[in-house]
Amino acid sequence: MRVTQGCFSFLPDLTDEQISKQVQYCLANGWAVNIEFTDDPHPRNSFWEMWGLPMFDLRDAAGVLMELSECRKVYGDRYIRLSAFDSSHGWESVRLSFIVNRPADEPGFRLDRHEVAGRGIRYTTNSYAADRPEGQRYGGK
Amino acid sequence: MEQVDLRREFNEVGIGEVLDQLDRELIGLKPVKTRIREIASLLLIERIRKRMGLTSDVPTLHMSFTGNPGTGKTTVALRIASILHRLGFVRRGQVVSVTRDELVGQYIGHTAPKTKEILKKAMGGVLFIDEAYYLHRPDNERDYGQEAIEILLQVMESQREDLVVILAGYGDRMDKFFGSNPGFRSRIAHHIDFPDYADDELLAIAELMLRDMNYKLSADAREAFVRYIALRKAQPLFSNARSIRNALDRMRLRQANRLVADLDQALSADDIMSLEPSDILASRVFSRGT
Repeated sequence: MRVTQGCFSFLPDLTDEQISKQVQYCLANGWAVNIEFTDDPHPRNSFWEMWGLPMFDLRDAAGVLMELSECRKVYGDRYIRLSAFDSSHGWESVRLSFIVNRPADEPGFRLDRHEVAGRGIRYTTNSYAADRPEGQRYGGK
Repeated sequence: MEQVDLRREFNEVGIGEVLDQLDRELIGLKPVKTRIREIASLLLIERIRKRMGLTSDVPTLHMSFTGNPGTGKTTVALRIASILHRLGFVRRGQVVSVTRDELVGQYIGHTAPKTKEILKKAMGGVLFIDEAYYLHRPDNERDYGQEAIEILLQVMESQREDLVVILAGYGDRMDKFFGSNPGFRSRIAHHIDFPDYADDELLAIAELMLRDMNYKLSADAREAFVRYIALRKAQPLFSNARSIRNALDRMRLRQANRLVADLDQALSADDIMSLEPSDILASRVFSRGT
């Protein structure tokens, strides 16, 4: 099941050229672009790990693309996303975020039903991938 | 066959202005200007060839500037960036000027991220590495500079379309640096040597700087300054235009002091603008025996 999070996730995967254009748009707006990765696809997982430091003061997307290809070499079997941080007063938050790399096989989510007092039911979603320990999901070593 | 109007091409990219500006604002440096004109013409033709489908690969544009301090290496680097940007060989045209400190780290694992951060900032523009020979320390084979050199070489080769690297430094030490790092020499297409300025060129530079600051030399002061240049050149640590700039700053100081000394006089704009011989002759250069 294809994970849809962030911008553009209902579109086909972006090519490197398209990624580069999006990054250039972010840089033109003065946003700092970060690379983050994770292998826990749960939509409520907000703890993605950062690849290196946020990239401030860049002028051209080539620098981000260089880091992205480095990150793909190491974590190509995981989700990688770019997020653009706007440091200007009043925003000071992420303005744009989109997935640029995803595992070849995304097994999707299981729905767990908990019966609670009074035959009430509580629902939880669990990612099949997260059943295995971190680092071994998606066919990693 | 498609016809190319070379004049229109030339005017369209607007490098004529940059080259004229170079001629106007930089005094002397004949061989440098000739080289830059040659490079600009080559790139203009290369651009046309690319459009006609006669060539597809990106020309190597990395350069090395050698010359004594204060001969205008950084200034020319800024102009080159502007020319490359107008011709479309770099996308953004910014110049990131660094020295060893900004590239090389202080402990294991510090250098690579540091060098890469600078490279990323310079992407789409020009990376100007001043005193590049400090990257290589022959007396210490575990020096982290070597790591920075390797990363630089790799990016210079693989991302030629994203980044132009200019190495700068004093002639003899750069020669030694290239001797011990043959990888650099072969990746650099244009070696440009900056000659020292002659006395009359230094005077012209001083007058240009003063004009920009709305000062002027009186006729006597001009004569004193000619003597100053001759004496200053003979002294150690002379760094061409930079020494001239510093001398002018000290002369402005003395002039201000002279004017403030007499608070009761009425000053005209002309008085405030002109430097007198006494402002120059008070310099230590004259008192020190040669």
